[in-house]
Amino acid sequence: MSGAEKINAKVSNIIKLNDLVTRFEFERTDGQLFPTFSGGAHTVIELKDGDLTRRNPYSLMSDPMDQDGYSISVRRDDEGRGGSLFLHNNIKIGDDVVLSHPVNLFSLDLRAKKHLMIAGGIGITPFLAQIKQLDRSHGNWELHYSVRNQSLGTYVNDLMAMHPNDVNIYYDDEKNFIDIVNLLDGQPLGTHLYICGPKGMIDWVVNEASKLGWPNETIHYEEFLAPKPGKPFQVKLSASNKVVNVGENESLLEAIEREGVDAPYLCRGGACGQCETSVIEADGEFIHRDHWLEDDDKSSGKKIMPCVSRFDGKTLVLDR
Amino acid sequence: MTIQFKDETFRDDYTFKNSEWAVKRFPFPFHEDSYMYSVNMEQHKGGPEGSIYEKRFDVDEHYISEMRDRSEVLKDDPLRCQSLPHMTLAGWDLLELIMISKSEDYPDLFELHRNGNNWRWINKPMQIDHSFTFLDDATLPYGPMEYITRQTQGDFVILDQRESNLWMDAGMVTTQADWSLDFDIGMNFFEWHAPVPKAHEMGIFTRALKFLLNIQQGAPARRLNWTMTVNPLLDTSPENYHKWGVQKGTLNPENIGEKQYLRVELQTFFRLPRSNALVFPIRCYLASFDDLMTVPKWGRRLHRVIRDLPEELATYKGFIDNRPMMLDYLSQYDDGKPTSDGIWPDLQTEPARD
Amino acid sequence: MSTFVFPESIKSRPTYGKLQNKFGKAYLFIADAEGAEAIIELASKDPALMQKAHVVYIPKDTGDQFLKDLNNLNINQLYIGPSYSAAQSRIIQAFEQASMGLQVCLSGTEGLIGQALRDAMAAGIPHTSIQTEHRGSVSRRMQCVHCKGITEDVISDPFVCSHCGLNLFVRDHYSRRLAAFQGVCIDAEDPGNIPDSVELYK
Repeated sequence: MSGAEKINAKVSNIIKLNDLVTRFEFERTDGQLFPTFSGGAHTVIELKDGDLTRRNPYSLMSDPMDQDGYSISVRRDDEGRGGSLFLHNNIKIGDDVVLSHPVNLFSLDLRAKKHLMIAGGIGITPFLAQIKQLDRSHGNWELHYSVRNQSLGTYVNDLMAMHPNDVNIYYDDEKNFIDIVNLLDGQPLGTHLYICGPKGMIDWVVNEASKLGWPNETIHYEEFLAPKPGKPFQVKLSASNKVVNVGENESLLEAIEREGVDAPYLCRGGACGQCETSVIEADGEFIHRDHWLEDDDKSSGKKIMPCVSRFDGKTLVLDR
Repeated sequence: MTIQFKDETFRDDYTFKNSEWAVKRFPFPFHEDSYMYSVNMEQHKGGPEGSIYEKRFDVDEHYISEMRDRSEVLKDDPLRCQSLPHMTLAGWDLLELIMISKSEDYPDLFELHRNGNNWRWINKPMQIDHSFTFLDDATLPYGPMEYITRQTQGDFVILDQRESNLWMDAGMVTTQADWSLDFDIGMNFFEWHAPVPKAHEMGIFTRALKFLLNIQQGAPARRLNWTMTVNPLLDTSPENYHKWGVQKGTLNPENIGEKQYLRVELQTFFRLPRSNALVFPIRCYLASFDDLMTVPKWGRRLHRVIRDLPEELATYKGFIDNRPMMLDYLSQYDDGKPTSDGIWPDLQTEPARD
Repeated sequence: MSTFVFPESIKSRPTYGKLQNKFGKAYLFIADAEGAEAIIELASKDPALMQKAHVVYIPKDTGDQFLKDLNNLNINQLYIGPSYSAAQSRIIQAFEQASMGLQVCLSGTEGLIGQALRDAMAAGIPHTSIQTEHRGSVSRRMQCVHCKGITEDVISDPFVCSHCGLNLFVRDHYSRRLAAFQGVCIDAEDPGNIPDSVELYK
């Protein structure tokens, strides 16, 4: 069976937070409790869009101890492949959805003497659950949250009201940016650093921390890597004996699934390794967009991560 | 069915005995006539009715006696149960998993009543009726992992998942096949398996780790492992090896059927939700050679497996010196007939011997 | 030179490298006996490094063999101590007061490296970011799995546990948390049958 176990749910509430971000709340349809989870976990939401089955991962922002409902906050992406747009425009209260059991690829290191959190934009969502979890156990955390402007400051007021001493907000439009070098300098030994936000922010913070001598094991990040659209291409699935045309706005994994082939997956974002597929034959260029394969695996042309990566060339034969 | 709990010992006078029911459901681990390591994982999602696979945490006739033996081991050596400080949350996860599973799977033996975080746990076989506050250590007589594993058969190891590896950061280990929790706690997956011969070169552990890292909530897995023990001794720990090691030499052709035991571990793997840790229960089942020979297929197969096992494995599993004597006994039960694939006893086609 | 090439062993057996100049906000060097050579060699490649360094050195039976050279390195803070045990409280305080970016470099015997690494880990430093270089004796710290006592400076196999008196054989299985290798009773199955001791790695 692919992916994590599934839960039937329905949309119980939709709250528009600002121009870009809307919160969706869910309840189970069988009346049972949701599974609890660890802060940083995400769920993969399955939505039927006509013939198409959309599967999108979103961080769970609700309190892990609250098993009556799950909530996610979704940023509308007008340039993307339509998943967030579909949620914003088509989903109504009462609609049926399928949620996966929570999966955590961005967990807290509970040995840390201090958790230093850096969030950018919608990257705030996993931290909301983690903060609630840490508060229950009196954990030591500090948040630095960068937002575009006051009106797009999702949850800023709630955070400042509940944690005035531990939350720092930075407004881009006021030219107020996180002074990362000074922030990292002098943090006590045993601090762990967590970053969630746009790729550019993650790269910048990771780079500065490494330069300052922070060990890799103390730096954790999650990038919401959605499969980017790309040039259509053809692939042959050798084990299933099928030829599949991958469209511009679907990922290789989605195309394989569309053809009825059960391919393993988990995070659908290029991070967990579960969808790793062997390449039997290739004549063309691989467009690797994942974080999983080592550099030599990527250049070997023998492996591909179909959830986010693509191909451009004459022939691609996969072992599926 | 109601389980008849036995009153028996796993040390000193060794009064342990398997009933016919226990022998028939024994997890004979060999699915073919030879043995080599493999990543033999499958989903832990029930099994044939009455089998050891049916329930999430199997309870059998040895339950009460095993728990008594455990408490004696712990009294003598409390270091058999340790939990590094960051693993307390995972301990609560395990307590919740076991209490929910057992109260659902064995409602006539266990009850769990929950009102928010106010919980009441009733363990009828052990005569426990305890109210406590979930997540509040002060309301339990032991840490949560120790509390619940003192009431659950088998060893438990809780693995913290970080840096794409699994770290043995907590455990209750009183029925182990000769490894030390006190020594291994804090090690990662490759390190605690370091002493196992051949398996690393075969890539077994790299593949197994990848599988385990991806186990998700609601989708546990299981596999079988095995070794040999002289006498139904559960506590075959390195800590007490200088006391029990000498028992291997007490085997002779007259007593081998009664004293030589096949020791099988049912290993299961559950993702723990609140901590994202992985719990690794290791449930030990013992059957004497006499017990096993009542099943004709097992008699044939065990002889062939032990005969052809590579020397390094027989040495690592601790029975190389007794192997010749074992083969003398087992060969009597191998008439050379073919054996069917799979582990099940085939008792419909070939009934049990007396 | 007092380097030793350890033969390949099981996955839990520690392996060592060579000290290198990696960026750090501050540097803490802990060494014993011939481990001083590793510090002196590193300083010869980058003398400025020593001006930011705190060095804790335990000569053991090398006496004052390396002291003159160490003193010539202009080390910011140099402490010469009689044993790891005596230096330990000072070392733990150094960890408690440090901030992220502290570079820890350990050199000398496995016992020294192991104990310092254990204390660094307790302070929150991932063990893989700590530099280690073995020099000098191949003697080991051994934990008796039976009585849990640690016997220092074990150089022969089998050996006698200095706490409970059992005869133990030397395993390569190693615990970072205990900073010791495992010793197991050698005559459990055949009491009294104890092979002659051989020196480790001879």
